[in-house]
Amino acid sequence: MAEFTLPKNSKVQKGKTFPAKDAKNAKTFNIYRWNPDDGANPQMDAFEIDLDKCGPMVLDALIKIKNEVDTTLTFRRSCREGICGSCAMNIDGTNTLACLKPIAEVKGEVNINPLPHMPVIKDLVPDLSQAYAQYRSIEPWLQSDTPAPPDGERRQSKEERAKLDGMWECILCFCCTTSCPSYWWNGDRYLGPATLMAAYRWIADSRDERTGERLDALEDPFKLYRCHTIMNCTQTCPKGLNPAKAIAEIKSKMLERQG
Amino acid sequence: MTDVREALFIGRTTDGRTVRRPLSPHLQIYKPQITSALSIFHRITGVALSVGAFILVWWLVAAASSDESFATVSAVLHSWIGKLALIGWTAALWYHFCAGLRHLVWDSGHGFELETVHATGRLVLIATAILTALTVLAGFIAL
Repeated sequence: MAEFTLPKNSKVQKGKTFPAKDAKNAKTFNIYRWNPDDGANPQMDAFEIDLDKCGPMVLDALIKIKNEVDTTLTFRRSCREGICGSCAMNIDGTNTLACLKPIAEVKGEVNINPLPHMPVIKDLVPDLSQAYAQYRSIEPWLQSDTPAPPDGERRQSKEERAKLDGMWECILCFCCTTSCPSYWWNGDRYLGPATLMAAYRWIADSRDERTGERLDALEDPFKLYRCHTIMNCTQTCPKGLNPAKAIAEIKSKMLERQG
Repeated sequence: MTDVREALFIGRTTDGRTVRRPLSPHLQIYKPQITSALSIFHRITGVALSVGAFILVWWLVAAASSDESFATVSAVLHSWIGKLALIGWTAALWYHFCAGLRHLVWDSGHGFELETVHATGRLVLIATAILTALTVLAGFIAL
């Protein structure tokens, strides 16, 4: 259901301010904080950071804050080079990876929120269980009745393999899924762009023999067809992929087989 | 039907008590994108056009029933507020038409590259402005 305002317990309040000491090049980072232990609503804490003593990316600033200012600041991060998808969050109003977002790209103060419209575990850490369960539901692995050749791999032509480009690169950070208003309102039943692109990645794979079953599973007013081509997914993907196009390909496959 | 996501809002404090997790901000913080803005505008103009269809029917029924009732409807539509509403509906019609064509192209599997999406979005807005201006101009000349 579409609810445009936040529930009472989720309304964000003004938080603490942490000024930078004798900084020449200070920038303010407003960061969403919520702690299950203090029984309070979420709040925005303001951290002033001296950019002369900080790495170039938003993730560098977050790590600096955790190291030097407030060790309780909680966020996910791992690879710091856009391949693990852990540090997905909403920076300056759009979803992206903190490790790939240069601080210099943000004019004025940097507002950082968790991925939108998700249950918050703590601070910038959202609960992605629902999205992972949906990903699991499309059975994202190769399925085939034909046994693999005894002496090697299942072969593909270069053209067949090229069809998977732009999809296998997805790192499942769910920036796209949580940027989608359809997913906000109907995420209980709509699968969302990341999962649908993963579904098409297997539908388009020449080695997979479950295309029919995969399409059957998506033939549903909500799972697939809540996509209204809003295009926020493609707009926000930090890897420059195009989930909206993959979803359109699924829809056209649906039509094709109706004959 | 209960939203299955409800279960994910149950969190725990460090000492094990259950606590309701907050929902992260969405519309409140997401920067307006040309993509979602044009999409919601498509829906809003669609709703406006449905309302406009009732006005059209009202006008037709009045025309078919009597001189007096037609005069009443005409007076309402010729008032400045009526004219303003008609100009609004004209713009809504052209926007919905142009954006609808854009959706038709998408449904054929084309125009999904981000640069194309931005370009066709701007094109829809410019076309709406021009077509609305031309229609309104034609309307005032005919009057």
